Amino acid sequence: MAAAVAFTQSRPARAKRGHPNRALVTDYRRDLRMFPSWLSRFALVVLLLIVIAIPFQVTDDWLTILIICGCYAIGAIGLNLLTGYTGQVSLGHAFFVAAGGYAVAHLSSDVTAATHINWISSQPLIVWLIVSALIGAVLGALIGPFALRLQGNYLAIVTLALLFFSSYLFKNWGAVTGGGSGLNFNPHFALGPVDFANLDQVGFTSEVQGLFWMVWGLVALAALLAKNLVRTRPGRAMQAVRDRDVAAEVCGVSLLRYKLGAFAISSAFASVGGALYLAVTQGHIEPGPVSGVDGLILSIIYIAIVIVGGMGTVWGSIIGALVVEGVPQLINRYSGSIPFLGSNGIMSVDSFNNLLFGVLIVVFLLIEPLGLAAVWQRIKGYFRAWPFSY
Amino acid sequence: MSTFLDIFINGAAVGAAYALVALGFVVIYKATGVINFAQGGFMLVGSYLAYNFHQTWGLPFYLALVMALVGGALVGWLAEVAILRFMVGQPPFAQIMVTIGLLFVIQEVVSAIWGPDTLDMGSPWGNRTVKLGGATISHQNVWTLVFAFIVVVAFFFFFRFTSLGLAMRATSIDQEAALAQGISARRVYGVSWAIAGAVGALAAIMLTAQPAGISPALQFTALLAFPAIILGGLDSPVGAIVGGLVIGISQAIAAKWIHWGTGFSDVFPYVVMIAILLVKPYGLFGTREVRRV
Repeated sequence: MAAAVAFTQSRPARAKRGHPNRALVTDYRRDLRMFPSWLSRFALVVLLLIVIAIPFQVTDDWLTILIICGCYAIGAIGLNLLTGYTGQVSLGHAFFVAAGGYAVAHLSSDVTAATHINWISSQPLIVWLIVSALIGAVLGALIGPFALRLQGNYLAIVTLALLFFSSYLFKNWGAVTGGGSGLNFNPHFALGPVDFANLDQVGFTSEVQGLFWMVWGLVALAALLAKNLVRTRPGRAMQAVRDRDVAAEVCGVSLLRYKLGAFAISSAFASVGGALYLAVTQGHIEPGPVSGVDGLILSIIYIAIVIVGGMGTVWGSIIGALVVEGVPQLINRYSGSIPFLGSNGIMSVDSFNNLLFGVLIVVFLLIEPLGLAAVWQRIKGYFRAWPFSY
Repeated sequence: MSTFLDIFINGAAVGAAYALVALGFVVIYKATGVINFAQGGFMLVGSYLAYNFHQTWGLPFYLALVMALVGGALVGWLAEVAILRFMVGQPPFAQIMVTIGLLFVIQEVVSAIWGPDTLDMGSPWGNRTVKLGGATISHQNVWTLVFAFIVVVAFFFFFRFTSLGLAMRATSIDQEAALAQGISARRVYGVSWAIAGAVGALAAIMLTAQPAGISPALQFTALLAFPAIILGGLDSPVGAIVGGLVIGISQAIAAKWIHWGTGFSDVFPYVVMIAILLVKPYGLFGTREVRRV
């Protein structure tokens, strides 16, 4: 085991300058390390410091945008585990996002559902996060078996069907989901003595600052969990399933366990991301935007995040969320200064955003199918080998 | 009995339109292995072009229809030449996403040109109906059945008796062998996308040729064709037609007799699809994929 020689993209920093881009790792344990070089550890610390510092430096509008990006990033990390690492195509991600939303609604106060049980309401942050993750995982595990029977495109369409089923279910199961008009709720953001929505005592002046910190803390946690998962045995099994599932099965990887597990974990992430998004920014959930056709668009947004960021990279999902969700928000903000938008221009701001979204997907897949993560790898590789070209 | 006939025939007419949409998907999938989500965009283009030719320019309806088909074919061909050609060899998921991106672009361009409001195609059929053995059928539905039949027959002759049709069949069976025989895969790909564009345009016109029928929401009708293509098998034209009819009729039956809350008739096709897929994972007529390790 220890003698195994593995190739990785990252190289110990003390290796000689001018060596080829790919570094040899002589030690199996080092190959498994999450942050292999001092540089990546340093970058991590800097990144954490930036996240901690941002709420003090930036206005609330920007923080709100970043909060939305963070919520999407959590769901996208989940989808990346499923699609990027396990190779299972899903167009039904929005269903699990919605499930998380309904879960948090029932665990908050002031819910409007008919069958609402009083003793489960007004739960603290940690409870509704865990419960929504569990609900997502169970639902994902129920969908997983389809992936055993169906391949690629057929699986994509079956998961698409999920969105239409859920639309029907959400609209008709009014006692729990509030029907077409949905549920209003008032979530709690307290973790023990710390209430993220009210952090006056530690120097935060607005609610948004605390919530930013909470959301991005959870993004960091999700990224860490995902990164840890993919570097260990289950993660390697998932990648084996992605690369050639029949071969993986021959090698002793249980397809049942890993396809099911990938669906469960990815859905748990989606539910947490959805619960957070709806709790922090909406306080309301209704079937319209999260199921049916709009649900498909939501699923597509998640897929676009994964593609733009980079399939099979955890960091990529976060960067992708910042780009795919952040750019439209910026356009919304500055639409006044873009001449051809608005009521007397050729198209509305929303239309322009949709158009841009479409163009973004097409251009990325044509020019950089591996996403921004690959761009980053290339830049890193260039400087690592500098002044040589390889 | 007459109610049943009513529902059966009108369901079949809607199903025939789905079958046309589904044929568009199947033609592309068979030739290139791509599920084309932009089919809904081609439908939009076809429908709005027909409106433009007939209502804005005042051309006769049937001429406008033919011109819209040509326009749809052109858009389909352009999509292949400009974008999808460069995606050959990429994983299927990436190709699906490119077509989704394309759908967003087409949809926004169409609504930037023609606006977001519902429009009237102004077809000669209008709301008129015809009595047939106790069943009341709209002219629109009669013509949908007729056109679908014509397209199916034309498909049969095209694939059976023309050299291009033969080339397309050969390419879908074995691309390398076809290339070795001097068949241009590029031409085959381009033609399949053009055919899909034209068939999509026809389906769209048949679905929207009623007063206040055209709106940007038309593109979502393409999603309703998914159960049809999956049910029949992604690479089977016969499957597309059978699937389309099954979906259309089952939807009509569900709308009439199964009252399980609102919107069940929209979900029912998917129920049928999943039931069939669990028994036959490659659809009723689809080719079973042979997978090598």
